[in-house]
Amino acid sequence: MVGAGLVVIGVGMGIGRIGGSAMDAIARQPDAYGKIQTAMLIAAALIEGIGFAALFAVS
Amino acid sequence: MNRVKKSAAVLALLCSSVVFGETKDQAQGGDLKAQIKEYIAHHLQDSYDFSFFSYTNDQGEHVYVGLPLPIILWDNGLKVFSSSKFHHSETVANVDRNYYALHHNKIYKTDAAGTINYDEAQHATNNKPLDLSITKSVVSMMIVFLIMFFLFKSLADSYAKNGGIAAGIGRFFEPIVLYVRDDIARPNIGDKKYKKYMSFLLTIFFFIWFLNILGLTPLGVNVTGNIAVTFGLALLTFLITNLTGTKDYWLHIFDPLGSTMAWYAKVPLYIILIPIEVLGIFIKPFSLLIRLYANMQAGHIVLMSLIGLMFIFKSWLGSPLSFGLAFAISLIEVLVALLQAYIFTMLSALYFGFAAEEHEHH
Repeated sequence: MVGAGLVVIGVGMGIGRIGGSAMDAIARQPDAYGKIQTAMLIAAALIEGIGFAALFAVS
Repeated sequence: MNRVKKSAAVLALLCSSVVFGETKDQAQGGDLKAQIKEYIAHHLQDSYDFSFFSYTNDQGEHVYVGLPLPIILWDNGLKVFSSSKFHHSETVANVDRNYYALHHNKIYKTDAAGTINYDEAQHATNNKPLDLSITKSVVSMMIVFLIMFFLFKSLADSYAKNGGIAAGIGRFFEPIVLYVRDDIARPNIGDKKYKKYMSFLLTIFFFIWFLNILGLTPLGVNVTGNIAVTFGLALLTFLITNLTGTKDYWLHIFDPLGSTMAWYAKVPLYIILIPIEVLGIFIKPFSLLIRLYANMQAGHIVLMSLIGLMFIFKSWLGSPLSFGLAFAISLIEVLVALLQAYIFTMLSALYFGFAAEEHEHH
């Protein structure tokens, strides 16, 4: 169960960082909004996939 | 149109052969938390009948209300019977002196008394006949298939009638279709080749989206949260990626460094690189199937656990709290339903882009 918590903390930090960086990027380059959002979603989805795989392995 | 009429007739026949059934069994005592756990586990599984709800009546019996579905088995010949014969795994189905019993949501061949034999690890050792049944998930997929067929058929007709201008519900779907084309397919696959993949991308996008939304209705179908379904969808992406792969795609896997290095320098590198690249072919669709499955499964578990809290708290403070939380999570799930369909389509398009790539040779 501790492992599950650690996994969620890691995934949360990772996706949080992606979201924050995407916000920064959009603030700097509002024109590139669409591209940044796509890249952000892909990266977030990949991390999330790892997180789920780990959660299933733990539980 | 003739085909449409025929399929409608088949559907009507299917519906008429299925009757509303009410079955009863004794209420089980036991602790509430275990009951909620079991209820959630039951909801997440595929089932052999389409049950709408169940309740406990005045006599303390569980009453299930729902549709029994046809069970199709291959066991020395085709056996077709209604799942109402199982009475919610209470009784043994007798089909021409072959006896079948439901045990942990799987069909086993048994004797007339329905005995299940176990090995040391408590696994049933009875024979399992080949199961081709039309289960709840299959019915849900058929419903979505029919919705999509008639919806997009009527859209195509209305476009033809109005000279290429969206009308009615087409005004809602046109931007979505255009988004899939202009923001998913084109940038990832390239302007030259994207058309070949559009039909698949649009189909998979709407199929997953509609199934996810259907899973949020009180019908309680959990189709995209079923690993077999997502496996099938990912298998399609896998096959299309590899069957349409160009020479450059395969060169990238088996000769990633190309002519930048002498062959004797490449050999030790390739001992590591090629297995990784070959594994990558399988890991890509595997991550697709795990992501969709895990997201939808997790969403359903969270939602049902929050609703279950209501029965554990049993207080005027707890119920509104769990209702509010469940409502908020439901709204997030509507977003997730769209997001997962988008991610699946997006990553499929990305993989197709890899397969369709053509380098300019230096």
